[in-house]
Amino acid sequence: MSRLQTLFAQKNKGILNVYCTAGYPQLDSTIPVMHALQQSGADLIELGMPYSDPLADGPVIQASSLQAIDNGMTLVVLFQQLQHFRDTITVPVILMGYMNTALQYGFERFCADAAAAGIDGLILPDLPPYEFETEFGAIIKKYGLDFIFLVTPETAPERIQQLDALSTGFIYAVSSSSITGSDKDFSPVEAYLQRLQEMQLRNPILVGFGIKDKYTFDMACNYANGAIIGSAYIKAIAQTDTIEATTKAFIDGIRS
Amino acid sequence: MTTTATFQQPDVQGYYGNFGGAYIPEMLYRNVEDLRTKYLDIMHETSFQKEFRDLLKDYVGRPTPLFLAQRLSNLHHTNIYLKREDLCHTGAHKINNAIGQVLLAQRLGKKRIIAETGAGQHGVATATVCALKGIECIVYMGVKDIERQAPNVARMKMLGAKVVPATSGSQTLKDATNEAIRDWINNPIDTHYIIGSVVGPHPYPDMVARFQSVISEEIRWQLKEHTGSELPTHVMACVGGGSNAAGAFYHFLDELSVQLLAVEAAGHGVNSGMSAATTQLGKSGVLHGSKSLVMQTDDGQVVEPHSISAGLDYPGIGPLHAHLFESGRGTFLSATDDDALTAAFELSKLEGIIPALETAHALSALHQIKWTEKDVVVLCLSGRGDKDLATYMKAM
Repeated sequence: MSRLQTLFAQKNKGILNVYCTAGYPQLDSTIPVMHALQQSGADLIELGMPYSDPLADGPVIQASSLQAIDNGMTLVVLFQQLQHFRDTITVPVILMGYMNTALQYGFERFCADAAAAGIDGLILPDLPPYEFETEFGAIIKKYGLDFIFLVTPETAPERIQQLDALSTGFIYAVSSSSITGSDKDFSPVEAYLQRLQEMQLRNPILVGFGIKDKYTFDMACNYANGAIIGSAYIKAIAQTDTIEATTKAFIDGIRS
Repeated sequence: MTTTATFQQPDVQGYYGNFGGAYIPEMLYRNVEDLRTKYLDIMHETSFQKEFRDLLKDYVGRPTPLFLAQRLSNLHHTNIYLKREDLCHTGAHKINNAIGQVLLAQRLGKKRIIAETGAGQHGVATATVCALKGIECIVYMGVKDIERQAPNVARMKMLGAKVVPATSGSQTLKDATNEAIRDWINNPIDTHYIIGSVVGPHPYPDMVARFQSVISEEIRWQLKEHTGSELPTHVMACVGGGSNAAGAFYHFLDELSVQLLAVEAAGHGVNSGMSAATTQLGKSGVLHGSKSLVMQTDDGQVVEPHSISAGLDYPGIGPLHAHLFESGRGTFLSATDDDALTAAFELSKLEGIIPALETAHALSALHQIKWTEKDVVVLCLSGRGDKDLATYMKAM
C-alpha cells in the first residue's frame, strides 16, 4: 500500500494537508519546515516547486515562489535537499508545481528522481487529462507516483467521474472557483461539497483554496476527508525566526 | 471537424505539430471548453458574420489599403506592398480580433470583458469595442508598461475601461496575462477573457488567427488587382506573440510557393541577454496554457525579455509560429532596437508613413534579404507610430 493509501486507511476524517514552498523562507528551510509540520501534527505535506508564473496560485504563494527562486531553489537543488528526508519524515509528501519546470528537468527524470527520493505523489494543475492519458500518465505510473487531479464547483459530474477514475491518492476539491488564498465567502461552497460527498467517489476528497483557519477547516471536514492549507501557512512563516514554534502554534490553532 | 492538422488549422486538440494544446488548471476548464465547443459554430453563423463584416467595414474602415511603396521598393530593387493595418480604427490590427471576440462573448452570454495588454494597443482596441457595445471592460497591464505607455492608458480610461496594474512578478505583459487569467479563474461565470495574440490555450490561437485572417484574405484579392496574381513571393510581418503575422500569413500558409518571413525583436542583440527573439533563444515549454517555444532558464523559470517595442516584449510565441519555425515553413529573422529605430525613420521619410516600433522590426529586416526585381513582397504594416513618438523623439 502506498503511504497515501495507508494514511487514508488509518484515518478518514480531519486530514490536515499543509502546503509549503520549497526553499522558502530560506533556501535551506525546506527540510526544517517539513519536520516542523510533521512534529506539529500535519497528516500530509504538499511541497511546492517554485515557478515564475504559477497560474493557479494567488499572490501569497507566487511571492513565496519568487522568493524561493531568488534564494536559489531549482529542481536540482530540491532533489539534493530531499536525498535523505525519508530517514526522518514519515508522513506522505506530494510535490505540487507546474508542467514547465518538470518538462525542462525532463519529465521522466523528474518522476524517477521524485520516486527515488521518497515522494508519494504529484499535483500538476496545468497537466490536463488528455495529455495525462496520452503521454504523461504512463510515466507517472511507471515510477509508482500517485497523481491528484483538481475538481471545481464548475466541473460537470461526468468530468468529476473521469478525473476520479484517473486520480490515485485523493481528489483535490477546489473550494470555490478562486485562486489560492482568496477571501471569498465560504458558505456557498457547502452545497458543492455536499454534492461531491454524495457522488461517493472512489478517492478520498481533500478540500483546498480558501482554507485558512479552524472555522474553514472544520467546515470542509464536515463534507470531506480533510483539507489543505497553503497561503495562510506561508503568511505565518514569512517573518518568523522560529519555524518550529510558529508552525506548532499555527497548526494548534487549526486543530484546537 | 478534421483531426489532422494543416499549417492553417491545428488538430482537434489544438496542436500545430508539437505545439499548442490546452495546459490549463481545472479552474479554467469550463470556460475554455465552452469556448472550444462553440467558437466555430458561432463564427459560422450568418448573423455573426454579417455583424462582424459590417463592423470591420463601417467601424474599423476595412478593407485597409494595399499600397505599392514605390520609393521603398526602389531602395530594395524589388516590389514592396504595404498592408496598411495602421489605418484601422485605433491604429493597429488588434481591433479585428477585439471585435470578433466581443461579438462572440455576447453570444456566449458574457457580461464582462477582461484583457491583458503590453503596449496598450490590444487594451485600447478591446476598450474601444466594449464602449461601442456598452460592456464592462477591465484591462490588466504591467506597472512598468503603465509607466511607459501613458497615452494608451489615458485612452483606455477615456473609453471607460478600468486599467488594473499588474504588480506581480516582472510587472510587464507576461504578468498582466497571469493576472487576467487569475481574474477569469475568480469570475468563471459572467466573464470572457479576450487574449490579444495567437497565444494561450486552444482554441485561442486558432480563434485569434481566424479573426486576423481578414488581413490575408484582403491581400489576396487586392494583390490580384495590382499584379494579376493573388500570390506574392514573400509575406513579411513582425512577431511577438504573433497575431498580425498569423493574420497576414493565414491564407498563404498552405500555399507553399509563398515564403513567410517572421521578424522577431532582438533587443540589444540576440545574445546580449536583452532580447525577445523567442525562436532563437527559447526552448519547448508551457506558458499561459499552451506548449510552445518559451524563453526560460535551464530550471524552467520564464525569463523577462527585452525589446524597445512593448508589443514584441513577450517571452513566448504562438504555437502556430513555433510550428512554422520548427517545420521550416517560416523563416525567422530578427532586428535589434537600433535597427528598428533606423527603419522607422527610413519609412517615414521615404513613404510619409510613421510606423509602429513593432512594424519597424519587419521593415528593418527588408535589408537582410537579397531581393530580385521579380519578387513581390507584402509587408504587414501592423500599426501606426503615434504611440511611439516619445521613443522616436529621443532618437532624433
